[in-house]
Parts: sequence; C-alpha cells; structure tokens
Amino acid sequence: MDWPGRSAAGQGFCSCHVCGLVSKLEQDDLAARCPRCTTRLHFRKPDSLHRCWAFLIAAYILYIPANLMIMMETGTLISYRKDTILSGVIHLWHNGNPGIAVIVFIASILVPLFKLVVLTLLLVSVRRGSTWGIKHRILLYRIVELVGRWSMLDIFVVTLLAALVQIQSFATVRAGTGAIAFGAVVVLTMFAAMEFDPRLMWDPLRKEREL
Amino acid sequence: MSETATNQQTEQPADIPDAIIDRRRRSSSQLIWLIPIVALIVGLSLAVKAYVEKGPVITISFKSGEGIEAGKTKIKYKDVQIGLVRSITIAKDRSSVLVTADLAKEAEGFLKTDTRFWVVRPRITGSSISGLGTLTAGSYIGMDVGKSKEDKTAFTGLETPPVVTMDMPGRQFVLHATDVGSLSVGSPLFYRHLQVGEVVSSDLDKDGETVTLRVFVRSPYDAFVRNSTLFWHASGIDFKLDANGMTVNTESLLSIVMGGIAFQTPDDFDEAPQAEQGRSFTLFSNKDEALKRPDSIVENYMLVFKESVRGLSVGAPVDLRGITVGEVTKIKAELDPSSKNVTMAVQIRFYPERIKPRSQASTDQKSIIDSHKLLDAMVKKGFRAQLKSGSLLTGQLYVALDFFPEAAPARINWNRNPALLPTIGGNMAQFQTSLMKIVQKLEKMPLEELTGDARKTVQSLDATLKSADKLLKNIDTSVVPETRLMMEDVRKTLDGANKALAEVKQTMSADAPLQVDLRDTLRELGRAAQSLRVLGDYLERNPEALLRGKKEDLR
Repeated sequence: MDWPGRSAAGQGFCSCHVCGLVSKLEQDDLAARCPRCTTRLHFRKPDSLHRCWAFLIAAYILYIPANLMIMMETGTLISYRKDTILSGVIHLWHNGNPGIAVIVFIASILVPLFKLVVLTLLLVSVRRGSTWGIKHRILLYRIVELVGRWSMLDIFVVTLLAALVQIQSFATVRAGTGAIAFGAVVVLTMFAAMEFDPRLMWDPLRKEREL
Repeated sequence: MSETATNQQTEQPADIPDAIIDRRRRSSSQLIWLIPIVALIVGLSLAVKAYVEKGPVITISFKSGEGIEAGKTKIKYKDVQIGLVRSITIAKDRSSVLVTADLAKEAEGFLKTDTRFWVVRPRITGSSISGLGTLTAGSYIGMDVGKSKEDKTAFTGLETPPVVTMDMPGRQFVLHATDVGSLSVGSPLFYRHLQVGEVVSSDLDKDGETVTLRVFVRSPYDAFVRNSTLFWHASGIDFKLDANGMTVNTESLLSIVMGGIAFQTPDDFDEAPQAEQGRSFTLFSNKDEALKRPDSIVENYMLVFKESVRGLSVGAPVDLRGITVGEVTKIKAELDPSSKNVTMAVQIRFYPERIKPRSQASTDQKSIIDSHKLLDAMVKKGFRAQLKSGSLLTGQLYVALDFFPEAAPARINWNRNPALLPTIGGNMAQFQTSLMKIVQKLEKMPLEELTGDARKTVQSLDATLKSADKLLKNIDTSVVPETRLMMEDVRKTLDGANKALAEVKQTMSADAPLQVDLRDTLRELGRAAQSLRVLGDYLERNPEALLRGKKEDLR
C-alpha cells in the first residue's frame, strides 16, 4: 500500500495535545513532559487499546440490560405500559407509525450495536497489525465518532417526556432501569471511541514500509 | 533511529525544544479495567434483581378467551394489578383456552388451591351493573385469594365473577330445594325485607330430584341464622285467593324481578344456637309452608260433612276462633253402602301445639295421650268442626273449630284412622234450614181467613168514612153562619179604610190644586234668587254703583 508522507513519531517529534507545541522526544517515555505547559507527552495515547477495550467490554455488558429492561413506563387514563426498546418499536410498528418505529429501531438498537461492532473490529485489526482496508476502517471510525452523541436520542425522549408529562392519573411517563443502562452504553461507547487512537491504524503501515 | 529519521531531523530547524524528562511515575493503566468490572457487577445485579423479583407464572383455563389479550390483560386483586397475561393458547383437547400469566413477586403467597380467577367484563344483572370500567380499559382477570394451605399454579377460571369473596365476613349455608325457581347466582337473601346476603351457587343434585343452593349471609346478619331458621322462596309475587280473601305477598320489587330467598327464625325458637358455617337447611316454596313446619306434633283427623264442600280446597285453614291450628289435607266423597248416602270426608292436619295449655306442658308422648283425653272432654262440651264461609266474595270455605253447647252429643271415634272428629252443619246449611223453616211457617199461615177479615175491616172502614162525612156536614151547617156575620163586619171596616186612603191619594195627586200652588211659589222663589245673583255680580264688578247708580251701557 502506498501512503504519502512520514509520521512525526517516526522522526522523533511529539506534539503536545494541550498546547500543540512540537518537541523532540527520542522514544515513547511515560515521564516526558511538554517544555511549555508541562503536559505529559506521548507519541500515541497511552494504553489506548486497553482503555478502549475496557470501555467497550463495559458497554457490551450493559447493552444486554439496556435492551431487556424497561426503558419507559407510560401510564395514561386508559392504559399502562412498560416498554423495553424493542417492545416500543413493535408497538409503534403495529400502531401505524412504521416510520418512527424504523427511526427508533435504527437509533436505539442498530446504531449502538454498529458502534460496538465497529470498535471491536478496529481494535482487533490494530492488535493484529493488519493493514487491510485501512481507508474503509478510517471511514468507519469517523462515522463512529460522529454518530456517538446522537445515539442519545432515546434518552432525550425519555427524559423530556418524564420531565414534561406528569399529570398524575391522566398521563405519567417514567424512565425505567433500561434507560440508565442504555445511557451508560452510549456514554461508554463514546469514551471507547475517544480513547481509541486512530494513528495506531497507520503504525503497521510504517513498519511495513520500514521493513 | 532510522536513517530517514535522522535526515529529516537535519532538515528541520534546530529550535524544536526537547521534552522535559521528569521522575518516572507508575502508570494507572490497570485501573481502567475497573470500568468493565463495575459494568459487570451492575449488569449482574440487574439480572439478579430481575430474577429475584420475577413472580410466579400461572396458567388459568377459561372456556373462552373473550376479552383476554396477551401482553395487555392484567390480573388484578382488589383492583390492584399484580400480573399480566403473557400468552393465550388453545388447550390440546380444544375444550378450553389456556392463559399463561406472569404474576408479581408479592403475589406468590396468593396462589392457593382455592384461589379463584374470573374475567371481569361489563355485566348487567337484575340487581347491579358491574365492570363498567372495563368498557374503556378493557377486560381484566379478577382474582380472589383462597385460604387453603397448599399452593397451586394451574387454575380453572370461573365463568362468572364470584358473588362473595373470601375475605368478606359472613357465613355460607346450604339450602336444599325441590325447585330452583327464579333463583340464580347473585339472587338476594332477605331478612325482614332487608337484603343481607346472596345466592352463591346453585347446582342440580346428582339424582336430578333436588337442587342444592349455597347462600352467603353477610356479617353481622349471619348471627340471625339459627339452627331452627326457616328459609323460603321469596320469588315473584305470591298471589293467593283463599278463605282469608286475597293475599299478595312479596319481599321487594327486586325479588319480584330476580327472585330471592327470605329467612326467619320462628319466635319460639329464638334461643336456638347460631347455625355453623355450611349447615344445611330446607328451602320451602313459600312463607306459609315454611312457617307451619315448626309444629312437631301433627295429628290427622277426619271430618264428615253432609253438606256440599264446594269452595273448600286442600290447604284451606282449620281455624279455632281466628287462629289457624291446622289445614285441610284431603277432600273426598264417601258413599255409605248401608244408607246409600254420600258424605263428604275431609281430612285435616291438626297442630295441637298451637293451642298451648296455660301451664307450659312438655310435648312428649304422655301429653299426646293427655291431649286425646282433653279433646274427648272438649267434644263433650260441644267442640265441633264446622264449614264456614271465609269470604262471601270468593265463596271459599274453611273449617272452623268451635264450641257449640247446644249441639247434639257426640264422641271422637278414635278407632278409625284418622280419628273421626264430630262435625256440625255449616252456617250456610244452617242458614238454608232456617230459611226453609220461614218458608214452611209462611206456608202454614191462614191466608184465606186473613183476606176475609181484611174485607170486613174494609167494609167497616167504609162505614166510618160515611159517618165522618156526616159530621163534616153538621159542622158546615151549625158553625159556619156565625162566622159569616163576623166576616161582614170586617168587610165594612175595610171599606171605610179604603175610602180614607182614596182621599189621601187625591190630595197627593199631581194635578191637585195644592200641588200646583206649591210649584208656582217655588218657581217665583227661583226667579227672585236669580235676580239677586245678577245684582250681586254687578255690584262685585262695579261697586261704585252703590254710590253713583248704574251706568248706562256704552253700547
């Protein structure tokens, strides 16, 4: 694979991620500090993969209760419902709102799952030092990072409804345990994406070239 | 460092500072693994919580799944949701519908062998409308927790809601009847016209001959159910036309529409112990039948009447001076072969207990024998049975027992079974015989002679009239003339008076000279007055005329 330019790390330069000052660093050293703002300097985010894996595994764990447990309790004058994400989607689909059902399904079930799978894929590929499909992988990473905060759609809906609809016996909306788990999944995947250092994806490329 | 790296380094300006190297610090990279551990703990705890909080799963079989929806229909106990229907399937034998439901954790203790489930739908019965809330919120499955010790998870649902729930204070009793009448589950139970309970169930007995009803009497009214309490059908209107005239008996309008049961404890048995739960009673067809039952001693007697028993019916009362002491049980015509005479044999049931001796006697065998002796003595004093008309309107007859001291001596025939009680002709018969007697007497009367006498009397009357005529004539001749003289005098006087009056009238008439003179004088007076007024007016306007005299008119 042909890739233009050479990495800064390969030339012994390290930029401070706080003040942006480029300084000379012979090798990745945990004790190195920026000469201007004394921020710790690293060529790559330290323990990026570890941290990413940790957040990812936590997200995986919480993804199960997020989907199985009750997301929202809606009580109206004539009915009382406890909905998990999936039961809500089914309910919407059967009650003449297939469009909204699709949106909720994508935003609440597919997107978090997509993020988890993509991050896993990236982590595995980096660990294996794979140089395969690097352009596509970087695209996937961008999507994950971009889409991250928008996955909170459900939480927005639930929290807004819970805050607004409290007319006692007429209509009440309460957030369920599932909402907490779901929120945790979204936050954890965002952290995982944040911790992941995309530069790691090119490192094998450099090594390949150096060889 | 590679060769290319050093080349680059030389190309770059040298003012790139070196990084500061300070004291080595241990990385906290391992700490990050706390996050998945915490997540795992949270996830596990949620799972454990869900598992622990998960209540029992039960299956209820209903005849039909009407109104039940999987995932929607709730199970409620005392109107509080404790479960949700998970699925509905048809039983393998296709005879029923199996409803699987998840119950809340706290409902675990509710699942006893006698716990009952039923579907609550809008229901309209004669007495009430229930389940209206289900019109909007949909049907739900009601639940009544049993008291049994054993647990159970498969139930058979009731088709109708139970009238009485387990926690309602009160007692259940069993009633045996020959006919269920208009009673159904939920029919009211009355005590002194007050609704105190309901019919809980009605079943045909296995032999098909009788029905068994279970009734529930609410607390505190259940205390009024005693061992000797009598229950009877209070259904509909009991309309009766008998010797007592017309009787209409009914408990309440509600019972007319949907039937009901009434109960009462006879006054004599007020002290009887309270009936325990589940005690069996007989359900009588009406109040009369029920209330005559406490007579433990029943004696049958035969009465033989010579007169017609038309109007006497089985069940007609046997009356002792207004108190019913028995009833007619059988009426038949008997032919006496020897005398070729038809007599009417009436069998009665007699309750000697209803005639209480003044001293409270016990009702044992000895006293019955005594009562025989007593009856003998009573008959000796003229104790007889008689047919009496209860009501002229209906012509119904009843048997009256009374003392007839003038009655021909008779004795009770104890040899016959039932014993033959002596009778006396009914008052209708008596009336007839007395009427006959009057007719007979009338027949005996010497009418011919009587008419002859009458004629004589008329003749003498004629004579008397003639003498009266004479007398009148005498009066005319001797008395009247003097009167005439007197009348003439009177007439003269009156004539004088008339003349005087005519003179007066003449004086007062319009054309009388006196009247004309008077009129002229008055006219003159009027003129004088007018002149005076003119003078007055003139003087008022011209007062100087008094001094200067009247001026000539300038005109």
